[in-house]
Amino acid sequence: MTGPQTGRLSFKLASTMDSVAEIEAAAEKLAQDAGLDEDEGFRVAMAVREAAVNAVLHGNGYDPNKQVSVSFENTGAALVITIADQGEGLDPETLPDPLAPENLLRGTGRGIFLIRSFLDEVHFRQLHPGTELTLIKHLSPAVTQDKPQDLDTK
Amino acid sequence: MALSISTRQLDGVTILDLSGRITLGEGSVQLRDAIRDLIGKGVKSILLSLGDVNYIDSSGLGELVSAFTTAKNQNADVKLLNLTKKVKDVLQVTKLYTVFDIYDDEASAIASFK
Repeated sequence: MTGPQTGRLSFKLASTMDSVAEIEAAAEKLAQDAGLDEDEGFRVAMAVREAAVNAVLHGNGYDPNKQVSVSFENTGAALVITIADQGEGLDPETLPDPLAPENLLRGTGRGIFLIRSFLDEVHFRQLHPGTELTLIKHLSPAVTQDKPQDLDTK
Repeated sequence: MALSISTRQLDGVTILDLSGRITLGEGSVQLRDAIRDLIGKGVKSILLSLGDVNYIDSSGLGELVSAFTTAKNQNADVKLLNLTKKVKDVLQVTKLYTVFDIYDDEASAIASFK
């Protein structure tokens, strides 16, 4: 991993579980450096890990020829994390509701739900090929009115 | 930290003491194998002690659900003991807290199988 300790940190990783661990560790550090308490930091890191798993496993299918691109930024108002894969794309509208009674005992399908539950904003962007998730954790209530304008939300 | 599992018996209940993380690639497969092994041996009362499990992801949740449904299909029970705050948080968000029988003390958990 390369990049400055402050500002925007971007890097590309192989489609492996080691990369997931590296991305999760970077999220933990971002949350810690931002002063989030343990519970909030856990939620941010877990959401980022789930997104990384989706990218490595479901997006890129562990393909050694495909990479996961990630960026971490503390804007002062929010933590903004992007994770992009090179897979066939994901339509979040087609995902079943894991809280529906008929889905509650399913063994899969909770990753995106957890990401949405643990963060303030989640945006999907289709890259053709691939999917980019932008994950946002607001750092204070005052910034909840200021949603990023340049994100393609589906 | 990967998941470690130790097994003990108490009053007819098989207790699995889990420690570490239940996540994709780290603990999910170990938990799945342990449950399948017990069910395959005809064990009917299984208590998962999670007091030292400090992390569970969506894959781990899936394994807990699979353990629950696999057991039910074999007329067996899988119950949970001593959830950490983080695991409880995730189970509540996903509404799985309402699915499992969950206990805070071992004696009550053991008694519930009778």
